[in-house]
Amino acid sequence: MKLNLKVWRQKNANTAGKLVDYSVDNLNPDMSFLEMVDVLNDQLVKKGEEPVGFDHDCREGICGMCSMYIDGRAHGPQHAATTCQLYLRSFKDGDTVHVEPWRSKAFPIVKDLVTDRSAFDRIIAAGGFVSVNTGQAQDANNLPVDKHDAEKAMDAAACIGCGACVAACPNGAAMLFVSAKISQLALLPQGQPERDLRALRMVEQMDEEGFGNCSNIGACEAECPKEIKLTNIARMNRDFLAASLVSETE
Amino acid sequence: MAIDSKIPEGKLQDKWEEYKEHAKLVNPANKRKIEIIVVGTGLAGASAAATLAEQGYKVKAFCFQDSPRRAHSIAAQGGINAAKNYKNDGDSVYRLFYDTIKGGDFRAREANVYRLASVSANIIDQATAQGVPFAREYGGLLDNRSFGGTQVSRTFYARGQTGQQLLLGAYQSLERQIGLGNVEMFNRHEMVDVVVIDGKARGIIARNLITGKIERYFGHAVILASGGYGNVFYLSTNAMGSNVTAAWKAHKKGAFFGNPCYTQIHPTCIPVSGDYQSKLTLMSESLRNDGRVWVPKTKEDAKAIREGKKRAEDIKEEDRDYYLERKYPSFGNLCPRDIASRAAKEACDDGRGIVPSGFGVFLDFGDAIKRLGVETVKARYGELFPMYQNITNEDPLKTPMKIYPAVHYTMGGLWVDYELMTTVKGLYALGEANFSDHGANRLGASALMQGLADGYFVLPYTINNYLSDEIFTKAIPLDHPAFEEAAKGAEERMKKFLSINGKQSVEDFHRKLGKIMWEYCGMARNAEGLTKARKLIGELREEFWKDVKVPGELNDFNPELDKAGRVADFIELGELMVIDALNRNESCGGHFREEYQDQGEAKRDDANYLYVAAWEFTGVGADPTLHKEDLKYENIKLQVRSYK
Repeated sequence: MKLNLKVWRQKNANTAGKLVDYSVDNLNPDMSFLEMVDVLNDQLVKKGEEPVGFDHDCREGICGMCSMYIDGRAHGPQHAATTCQLYLRSFKDGDTVHVEPWRSKAFPIVKDLVTDRSAFDRIIAAGGFVSVNTGQAQDANNLPVDKHDAEKAMDAAACIGCGACVAACPNGAAMLFVSAKISQLALLPQGQPERDLRALRMVEQMDEEGFGNCSNIGACEAECPKEIKLTNIARMNRDFLAASLVSETE
Repeated sequence: MAIDSKIPEGKLQDKWEEYKEHAKLVNPANKRKIEIIVVGTGLAGASAAATLAEQGYKVKAFCFQDSPRRAHSIAAQGGINAAKNYKNDGDSVYRLFYDTIKGGDFRAREANVYRLASVSANIIDQATAQGVPFAREYGGLLDNRSFGGTQVSRTFYARGQTGQQLLLGAYQSLERQIGLGNVEMFNRHEMVDVVVIDGKARGIIARNLITGKIERYFGHAVILASGGYGNVFYLSTNAMGSNVTAAWKAHKKGAFFGNPCYTQIHPTCIPVSGDYQSKLTLMSESLRNDGRVWVPKTKEDAKAIREGKKRAEDIKEEDRDYYLERKYPSFGNLCPRDIASRAAKEACDDGRGIVPSGFGVFLDFGDAIKRLGVETVKARYGELFPMYQNITNEDPLKTPMKIYPAVHYTMGGLWVDYELMTTVKGLYALGEANFSDHGANRLGASALMQGLADGYFVLPYTINNYLSDEIFTKAIPLDHPAFEEAAKGAEERMKKFLSINGKQSVEDFHRKLGKIMWEYCGMARNAEGLTKARKLIGELREEFWKDVKVPGELNDFNPELDKAGRVADFIELGELMVIDALNRNESCGGHFREEYQDQGEAKRDDANYLYVAAWEFTGVGADPTLHKEDLKYENIKLQVRSYK
């Protein structure tokens, strides 16, 4: 099969970018989308041109590194899948496909399809943890956790930090990402001592990074490759509000 | 240079406790003056960086990914072993130790493995305290499952995402220390050389992958937690970026490489489907808890399936060969990985493979679904079934999975002593990057255990023993001749890549190397093939330096240039692996020499090969020098490994 691509090329953060046309032939429907980009890049390299820059690593849908906006959708047309788990069988022979980077003020473009998502790390550093040093833990079974809560915490913890939620959101909000971590820890007894402070600090950092706010559109949930739920945002808002009301320090 | 494993005297059970009681300490005021470099932020690196920072050291952590959370530990699916005996099924530290030694085919150090088993329980406590959402039973306590090579249930898990959850736990601890200013994090930086001054590791040279600049960093000690080298085979379950460069540079600067030929071929991966394939996907070993592995009894049936004339469902129960259950009745489908992989190869070599290429066997959940119901099976394996279906376009709840072995893990790595120090003073290797705990074959759910044991509970004790003598060492200026030379060397090498301007891409060379390695140094090896492979690799190396084409510039974001450096190192490593495999005239664990077998079972030669092969670099293409560390078994009796 053959695909006609319109790929965003941008040398670096300071120069303007544009869509460039490429066509890739002799493709197999069982190839992954990224393998198709590999083929394109190999052709470009052999012509002495610079290959398309894109982030990718595990190619198993878990590291969260791949991040392409394909035909107007974060991670492309397939539901609940990362770009690396998208296969060419989702396209038709001869299709024209637009490939762009995540677009958000808080994710500046590094090159082509590569963006800087370090804002997410800084949000976690602000409070997305339980403050327990190595060696301080008690026996794991001293702290029983309701299985139902543990499952819900795991649902939230499944977030891979790819940023599709931000890319999909018209407001560029990171609230699905932030709330997933807040929820995971709020649902577990281990997360209780720092629950208020965590919500305050993570939300504050989120705002500082330039992410937008939630207006209940739900694009994040629809595009999340790990199907993280909007209800996490409700829990975050509740925690943030409760913490703001009782907070004396912040 | 003689190698000293520094294994403490005393009874096996007391060695680690006594070591800790007598190791030197560094007081808090002095810790603040000491800088430590950690390369890699997977389970081993992130846990070490966080723990050292908690103790008060100044840490600089490096990863080539855009965030420390992306390290490939994240892809580990099935679980982590720990000798908690929560199941009351007879588990103990000794049993975990014994299973690990036996699983490794008696080629690991007793003292290291015992220490690993004894700290395993602390890891579960630590991760739980961090909020890692392990699977639980209805009573709220932690659940376990079984893994290969054991007869107890000691594997803790978080659905099919155990590695992800454990890594996020370590990552969050690391981020907490970054937030507190105790760790300086360098994302998108690749270590390209280690700086050695007066015999001690004193820093690294790293390339900033965004700007392309070659940068210099000082540390009183350098810790490599840079993972394994499975990508030498091109196709593997490793992430695309996983590479040997950090470990290989250390090797070239004097760190011996231990048992490079010990590689793990994982039995349950999705079979290769075409030439365009960039990587292979693992299906967790935990699936063998409920899945049954089989091929048709007859070649005719297998051929009919390959040609699409029959389906798995058309083969009657009595016409199926559940070969693992047949050959290894006491462990059945849960026999260790090396054994399950070889058995799959044997069935396929016999003409009974069931995918068009001939290299695939069934992993069947039919019986489990009948016994437990679809919902239970689905819940047990979380993401794995949809992932399989997405890749192959087949539903494993309706038709058996098709699987085949693929390169997954490397037991070999930088040689380290009991303190995890390499043969270069102040240079440590942790996790998959070292060779230490898995012998010739790693048991399932033990990689996460080792990575975290090294990072949380071993290195933070042993490194003080070295650093206590370094408290008067001032930061060495970055214009020191050793820094100058290393930085210049790295830059010149990259300029060389860019200047060759040949006809083949880096990818072409990587693929060629992978083919050589898989064919001659893969699941089955022999002297003739290995000898040929060494010649082929030498030729490939020469061709690479004459004909590779790397576009772009040095001082720019240039992934092709990054890849060129990695593949050049893989080619050199490949040669060492072949040399090691050729030297080891025996079969053990993942190293199967066709000349040394007993009807398909590995035949060890304890009289001549009961040693760790630690190789010293002598020059590219030159014969490395072999140093032997004899393995002493004082507690376990050597025996033929049997899972029958």
